[in-house]
Amino acid sequence: MSESTIKETTYKPTSPNSKLDFASLWEYAPAPESPAKLKIKNQYQLFIDGKFQKPSKGRYFKSVNPATEEEITEFAEATQKDVDKAVKAARQAFEGEWSSLSPKSRGKYIYRIARMLQERAREFAIAESMDGGKPIRESRDVDIPLVAAHFFYYAGWADKLDFAFPGKKPEPLGVCGQIIPWNFPLLMLAWKIAPALACGNTVVLKPAETTSLTAMMFAELVQDAGLPAGVVNIVTGAGQTGSEIVNHKDIDKIAFTGSTGVGKIIQKSLAGTDKKYTLELGGKGALILFEDAAIDQAVEGIINAIYFNQGHVCCAGSRLLVQENIADKVILKLKDRLETLIVGDPLDKNTDIGAINSKQQFETVNSYLELGVEEGADVYQSKCSIPDSGYFIRPTLFTNVSQSNRIVQEEIFGPALTVQTFRTADEAIEKANNTPFGLAGGVWTDKGSKIFRVGKGLRSGVIWANTYNKFDPTSPFGGYKESGVGREGGLHGLAAYVNLK
Amino acid sequence: MSFIKNLQITPIDRVAVEEKVSRLNKRSIKKESKMQALKLALSMVDLTTLEGKDSEGKVQQLCQKAKSPHPSVPDIPSVAAVCVYPSMVRIAKNHLKGSRINVASVATAFPSGMAPLSIRIDDTKFAVDEGADEVDMVITRGAFLEGEYNLVFDEIAAIKEACGDAHLKVILETGELHTYENVRLASDIAMEAGADFIKTSTGKISPAATQPVTLVMLEAIRDYYYKTDKMIGMKPAGGIRTAKQAIQYLVLVKETLGAAWLNKDYFRFGASSLANDLLMQIVKQQTGYYQGLDYFSVS
Repeated sequence: MSESTIKETTYKPTSPNSKLDFASLWEYAPAPESPAKLKIKNQYQLFIDGKFQKPSKGRYFKSVNPATEEEITEFAEATQKDVDKAVKAARQAFEGEWSSLSPKSRGKYIYRIARMLQERAREFAIAESMDGGKPIRESRDVDIPLVAAHFFYYAGWADKLDFAFPGKKPEPLGVCGQIIPWNFPLLMLAWKIAPALACGNTVVLKPAETTSLTAMMFAELVQDAGLPAGVVNIVTGAGQTGSEIVNHKDIDKIAFTGSTGVGKIIQKSLAGTDKKYTLELGGKGALILFEDAAIDQAVEGIINAIYFNQGHVCCAGSRLLVQENIADKVILKLKDRLETLIVGDPLDKNTDIGAINSKQQFETVNSYLELGVEEGADVYQSKCSIPDSGYFIRPTLFTNVSQSNRIVQEEIFGPALTVQTFRTADEAIEKANNTPFGLAGGVWTDKGSKIFRVGKGLRSGVIWANTYNKFDPTSPFGGYKESGVGREGGLHGLAAYVNLK
Repeated sequence: MSFIKNLQITPIDRVAVEEKVSRLNKRSIKKESKMQALKLALSMVDLTTLEGKDSEGKVQQLCQKAKSPHPSVPDIPSVAAVCVYPSMVRIAKNHLKGSRINVASVATAFPSGMAPLSIRIDDTKFAVDEGADEVDMVITRGAFLEGEYNLVFDEIAAIKEACGDAHLKVILETGELHTYENVRLASDIAMEAGADFIKTSTGKISPAATQPVTLVMLEAIRDYYYKTDKMIGMKPAGGIRTAKQAIQYLVLVKETLGAAWLNKDYFRFGASSLANDLLMQIVKQQTGYYQGLDYFSVS
């Protein structure tokens, strides 16, 4: 464990524990998914021009399983030369075979990828959980099915683009440079690659350095699917590799998902160039819970809003705004619900919260937890047991916080929820909007009219009503303010990958 | 009675309740925790026969099964209770003498409750006089649906009084209440009026017990416990036939109310064929093989 791990004593509950006993009697026995079926190579090369190629400088970096801190495999580090090679391959494919295909044939390839993803769903799910730490329940039931759904959805658009933009003629942009984050590795790949291919572009994609495994497995799938060489190129590496993509002269569009900090750097680099770009950045989503809501179900929605994927979700609902008169009841229920969340082995089918994605993120989240204590917040963590090794953090609740606290303003990107109260709907809207972000939010009330009134007031790209973190390929996704530029998903997602004439 | 003054309608989100149930259904219960669950479930069964053609012989057979569900395998718990019509209570009581198995009797013009209150009270008193340890009453669904909540409350209170020391289980007949909000409200009324248990169904109306309905009732029990410190029991009844279903119900209880409810004093299954499936699975866990149904006695 790293030195920055917080001592348990810091987290003595600041309010009495529940009367309910969730610990004793009838424990669930371990039910791990077997990784035996998954064959992981010792080393992965770059996927350029339809072939796996060694990196020009011959450097590799290790990938660690965050649940065990053991090395899984190593990935090639792509340098400027490699990125250039990938862009050339993509350009060649764009100007050659890929553009000469009929839209219908292009669609067929994408459908084929979607079907093969379904066939290999189990391997992809296990790999995603091993490499990134997310519980198998989520990679199996959420990530991978959505990945396939995304390819199926955009495959359907490939030969119908003329109908997507009536009266206009959509043309592909060319070569797209795509940089994706580590929280939903394969799903973000799908969000990027599926619409780009459907619109007739070719891509150079860089997965996050801590979670490149499923991207490389996807490269193998692309090869098996017989996609023309150079249409999809995948280069692994860290920030420097990403920067080579962003600054490459022959790239027509940059699509980035990641932190607001990096997003700003990218936007600066792109200023004055003719590159198009979409940025999907951070968030600090507010969950507005009214007194007339179905409380028990709202609590479940809140749990899903913040503890889904260890809180590594850009649209996570990390600030609860609860109407004053039900606050005590809701906090009590939330605390009891935290006790039944199972933290541990991501491959165990019963695990609700897996491992924090990397040592770096583990330290970041822990430093925010320390900050919360310093800022005077009351902190509550569930008493569940966590493994001795690996990067695990108990689900955390901060009460007694105010709008000016950094833990309320800044994106923690971990399993930590702050709780504030409000009296009137206007006050809730004001507080919800009072951050630099505007990606997502949630409203819980039994009244339909209130949903529309409050929803209208929120400056936020996505608003869920009486639920949270529901995704569908047909629905556009993206942010206001510092949460990003452009939309992904749905019809809107197509617009980001075409020139309209 | 001033119950109506404090009456609150608790909104229930149907979609989210069903989503939660399907999430909990994904719990993977294996090995020793499965064995523990199977035995626990068996110990919570109210072995039931509620047919017009019930005979002394059938009740006797049922009692024998209750005491010793599968004699060829050691270490198998007996069930919680035998559940019969009032006219069979004395017979059951006699056959269960010396055991710790309770006799539960349906009463109050079961299953419809369509009789004057005085007759329902007499029905209850008769069952208790015959020796019933537990009474399973039905609420007047007609009155509930008409909004006559005070009447429903008063009737339950009256039956509770007639029960004396016998435990009262209040059957809401959720299949006739149509919405989760109604299920929740009926649960609240029953608990306030003195129910020791709340129970989903008579088994005579479809749908009988479902997991979402059970979850809504468990959450009502939890809120009542938060408020009063009183622990109310829960009994889903009807339609629970397989060990797998039973384990799913136990997961709902464990993750909603916790360990204190995981025993026969606070949770029961109203079922007739469930016991044999539990036995079959217990034997499978012990031996690694499934045996045919012919190896398990009918009850």
